[in-house]
Amino acid sequence: MSSILIAITLLATLAIIFGAILGFAAVRFKVEGNPIVDQIDDLLPQTQCGQCSYPGCKPYAEAIAAGESINKCPPGGESTIIALADLLGVEPEPLDAEHGAEKDVPMVAIIREDECIGCTKCIQACPIDAIMGAAKQMHTVIADECTGCDLCVEPCPVDCIDMVPVETTLQNWHWDKPENLIATSEQPHEENLEQGVH
Amino acid sequence: MSSNFVNITSPHAHGGNSTSRIMLLVILATVPGIIALTYFFGWGNLINIALASITAIICEALILTIRKRPISFFLKDNSALLTAVLLGIALPPFAPWWVTVVAVSFSMVFAKHLYGGLGNNPFNPAMVGYALVLISFPVQMTTSWASPFFLSLGTIGVEQTISFTESLQVIFSGTTSLSDAFSGATPLDTYKHLAKNETANEILQGPLFSGSENNWFAGGWEFVNIAFLVGGLALLALRIFTWHIPFSVLAALGTCSMIFGWDADLYVPWSLHIFTGATMLGAFFIATDPVTASTTPLGKIIYGAGIGILIFVIRTWGAYPDAVAFAVLLMNFAAPLIDTYTQPRTYGHDKANRGLPTKPDASDKEG
Amino acid sequence: MQTITLHSFDGGIHPQENKHQSTQTAIAQLPLPTQLIIPISQHIGAPADVTVSVGDSVLKGQQIAKPKGFISAAIHAPTSGKVVAIEKRELPHSSGLEGICIILDTDGKDQWLEEINNGSLAINEYLEADNELLINRIRDCGITGMGGAGFPTAVKMAVQNRTIDTLIINGAECEPYITSDDMLMRERALETLRGVQILLKLTSAKSCLIGIEDNKPEAIQAMEDALHKIHREHHIAVVKIPTKYPSGGEKQLIKILTGKEVPSAGIPADIGIVCQNVGTCEAVYHAVAEGKPLISRITTITGESIEQPQNVEVLIGTPVKDLLGYAGFKQEKSLFQKLLGSKSKTESKPRIIMGGPMMGFTLSSDELPILKSSNCILAPSQKELPANDLASACIRCGLCTEACPAELLPQQLYWFSKAGELDKAEQHNIADCIECGACSYVCPSQIPLVQYYRHTKGAIKDERAAQQKSDRSKIRFEARQARLDREAAEKEAKRQARAAAAEKAQAAKKAAAAEALSKQTTESAEGVDENTSTDAPAETKNPEPVDLEKLQKQLDAAQAGLKKSMDKVAELKASASEDGVENAPIENLDVFEKAVATRRDKVKLLALQIAEAKKLAPPVKKEVSREDIEKKLRAQQDRLAKTKERVDLAKEQGLDSLPALQKGLDKQMQKLKELEEELAQFDKAGA
Ligand code: SF4
Ligand code: SF4
Ligand code: SF4
Ligand code: SF4
Repeated sequence: MSSILIAITLLATLAIIFGAILGFAAVRFKVEGNPIVDQIDDLLPQTQCGQCSYPGCKPYAEAIAAGESINKCPPGGESTIIALADLLGVEPEPLDAEHGAEKDVPMVAIIREDECIGCTKCIQACPIDAIMGAAKQMHTVIADECTGCDLCVEPCPVDCIDMVPVETTLQNWHWDKPENLIATSEQPHEENLEQGVH
Repeated sequence: MSSNFVNITSPHAHGGNSTSRIMLLVILATVPGIIALTYFFGWGNLINIALASITAIICEALILTIRKRPISFFLKDNSALLTAVLLGIALPPFAPWWVTVVAVSFSMVFAKHLYGGLGNNPFNPAMVGYALVLISFPVQMTTSWASPFFLSLGTIGVEQTISFTESLQVIFSGTTSLSDAFSGATPLDTYKHLAKNETANEILQGPLFSGSENNWFAGGWEFVNIAFLVGGLALLALRIFTWHIPFSVLAALGTCSMIFGWDADLYVPWSLHIFTGATMLGAFFIATDPVTASTTPLGKIIYGAGIGILIFVIRTWGAYPDAVAFAVLLMNFAAPLIDTYTQPRTYGHDKANRGLPTKPDASDKEG
Repeated sequence: MQTITLHSFDGGIHPQENKHQSTQTAIAQLPLPTQLIIPISQHIGAPADVTVSVGDSVLKGQQIAKPKGFISAAIHAPTSGKVVAIEKRELPHSSGLEGICIILDTDGKDQWLEEINNGSLAINEYLEADNELLINRIRDCGITGMGGAGFPTAVKMAVQNRTIDTLIINGAECEPYITSDDMLMRERALETLRGVQILLKLTSAKSCLIGIEDNKPEAIQAMEDALHKIHREHHIAVVKIPTKYPSGGEKQLIKILTGKEVPSAGIPADIGIVCQNVGTCEAVYHAVAEGKPLISRITTITGESIEQPQNVEVLIGTPVKDLLGYAGFKQEKSLFQKLLGSKSKTESKPRIIMGGPMMGFTLSSDELPILKSSNCILAPSQKELPANDLASACIRCGLCTEACPAELLPQQLYWFSKAGELDKAEQHNIADCIECGACSYVCPSQIPLVQYYRHTKGAIKDERAAQQKSDRSKIRFEARQARLDREAAEKEAKRQARAAAAEKAQAAKKAAAAEALSKQTTESAEGVDENTSTDAPAETKNPEPVDLEKLQKQLDAAQAGLKKSMDKVAELKASASEDGVENAPIENLDVFEKAVATRRDKVKLLALQIAEAKKLAPPVKKEVSREDIEKKLRAQQDRLAKTKERVDLAKEQGLDSLPALQKGLDKQMQKLKELEEELAQFDKAGA
């Protein structure tokens, strides 16, 4: 009987001691972080396309902080969802198809300048002011700034805006990952490979 | 790319080394040790090795089929064979056949392939198999050791040797383990037990130790260990592994046993620690298994020293006859952590980046 | 000869050297090719600016592209001839991307530019000359590093804000097969040393070390002899270093010769060192002492598929094909079986490598040109440099760690790269990997490690760029949001001011009406119309068409706002009833209802104002509008025609953009119709 009492007391004491240490550590080593909304906003791609149904990334970040689900941003895609899940300590979910699909290549808007009538409609639509031009003058997209959000395409009355993949140059080219040379556990069985079954 | 010329990435030259060559060399390096084992302890280990190898290859092929992997490609790498050989050496010479089969198949299926096959296993497969049978079948694992007898010279205290067919019978009969006349505890165990009542001098007079004339100081084990040392040094010379792990295992074990060994009446002397049991096998062939060891130079030293210290601790205060398996497995646990904190300094850096990457924005998680 | 304590770098390997094949004969001169392909971007930095146009005749040594910006290099015509095209061609680069090239048809005369020919560009007393002059000459001659990346030499030498105490000349040439520097030092030691003297003068370094691997005894001897000839240079030393790959890497050579390490992400000048290749020194000498630009280089052509491996002096821009033909290329021998994911699938194509077997890259065709930095063309047989087997799993053997000259943990980098853990790879200093390939060379599992690192480095760069861009977009988005808010606030303020004015006017009107009413009793009824007009507030007094438009717009906006508010009210009500609490107080409902009321008032007011303004609008406006519409109509017709052309073209060529264009066409037709209708209506109204 007494041994049980001893054991209980001992465990209780240990629990109290460790609890105190942990509590102290939590206070002592507290990391002052950004407010959660800013942290979420930092993870969003800042394309500002509104596909998440919020008028931009910051509002979506606010909504996430308030409990909105994390899978509504197509430009960010899977990696953003995983990063958000990581930050918030929740399970990652697949991208909500309702809001669109993830693009496989980054796009950029380009205005066919000889067709532009200078209506300024695209300027008004662009969430990040990446289009230059004045009324009745030819407009042009600052390609480095354009996030490829598509928002300027619809308003153009003469349909002179195209979305094109970002061009590969000697500066941004790099080698692909050597996926198919590895015979590790991901390697499909030889016969399967031949039949094209994966 | 649809060009007329081949497009591949550099380097275009390769040194010609291959995984199967490395594994094969390691297997070959165990040969001196195996010969010594056979010489002193009979045919048992040879039979074990053969049995283990066959089991390993069958298991590997089976699992590869189930996992839909190219069989020949992976069987060729000799890694299954190496695991089998190491197990065959490590198991007691007259362990019943099913002990060997269980150990090998467990190490292949659970310790290796469940983790994704070669290269992805966190624990040394051979030692996982060994530990499993040691825990599950303690009787067979402790009584199947042979007392040293010389194939040619006759045995100590026993007048006849045990022939190959007799060995086969002992191993495959399954139920009867070795008759008392042939079985015997290892010198380490013996010393430990005797040290409770006798003084060092008395113990060392015993037949297992220098008391016998056909014997140096550890009943044949010293020669087995020296043979493994020779094989290990050969591998070192061939640069199959670096000196870090074997050196630190032996240094740590030696240091510990010397510190405690001043009182030889209570503790096993250092010479027995180093030259009996699976010490050399462990230091050169098991602890150096690259997949499960630490990989940084400093990490290897820490890893090896950890193994050495654990071997000493388990041997001295534990209940098992030898400790290499547990020591290695315990350090396998620690290897990733050791690696994380022992990154070497890179060219052009003042100091090494140690620890985990620090991401400023993700450092304090909520919820 | 002074003694220098040599240091050693970590790791390194000893691959088969295979250098003797190409050092049997003296450096040969390649016959003039018929056509040269000269890319304008052969160096690190901005591509040069083309200064010739198609059809121009150029002389040997004439500048055909000038440097653009600080880090850039000029390009010169390697021989006389005619520019036949300036177009995008595939570049000798692992990416296989295209870049602008100047295509020059040679005329066979090989005629020098007059200034170079008569030596007027040469600087005779170059060791007494002004540094500025020398650097300008080097820049004008388009000299770039000839050992590897091709960094413009003038830029490297002009970094003056650091004191340089050691000049290191790289003659190590550690890559197997390559012997161009070896042969250069054997045959042109004096020129090379004179170039070294010039560089030494430019850097004002206290000492100069020429590092040469000990597998080139002839080169070392030749350089020593030349050094004796020059006499006075007691602070130039030829240093024999042990043969080990990659001792010719800039960072490794610096470590060997000085024991110092170039800081990560830094340059050698940070520790008072400048490093130049021996080939560059020779080029500098020719540029300064003879005024000759960099238009040719020594290239090793070797490998088992070459009949006569040797070193050849080739003009920059020479197609590799010409060089291969000259040295005797046996295509069948160079066939190379490449594994495609599985052992049973291979493709067999010839293999040509530009550079050495460790760091060179395969060429996608033999039409590609020799660049200023192309030190070797290697055409090995499959037996000589066999393909890697299928890679198997990393067994963490640590051989790569032992081989890595940068003291990295290649196996860890590999695991991180494979798993896409960029942050960990970065923390393990992947950026310090020099892509030497030593790790891949020793890896028993035959993993293409370097390709993993290259990919990961690129991915890290991409990620960083994306992060920067997203930060920028965030700032821009926020700035725009702030601007919109400000504008909205301004508008609101204006609107309020106007509303106040309107109220005042209304009050005045009412007062006036009351007055008029009282007057009516005394005056005749005719005056009413006049009264209203004269008593109208200021803005209606001088009515202008602009005002009318403005009002109309305001009305539209107000109507839209009204509708929105009404919708909101309806929505709120609906949602409330959905919740099942019919008569519960709805949050904010009163606010919205109030908004509806005020907006309704506003719409009424505006409508009133418009009606008034319209009455007063001058009739001239109609003419102007008609013209406007006609103009618009014409523009639209033009556009339509253009779009049609485009659609036709797309149809002809079967482009994927057809549906998009078609949609645009429909839209434009619609627009045209609208305009036509408008015009018709206008005419009707006018009639
Ligand atoms: S969908 Fe993503 S990128 Fe687009 S606005 Fe929403 S959060 Fe931003
Ligand atoms: S230019 Fe168009 S696609 Fe690009 S950011 Fe602006 S609105 Fe989006
Ligand atoms: S050499 Fe290859 S197998 Fe060995 S540790 Fe490095 S990457 Fe892994
Ligand atoms: S390629 Fe990079 S990781 Fe590999 S050995 Fe060279 S420097 Fe080290």
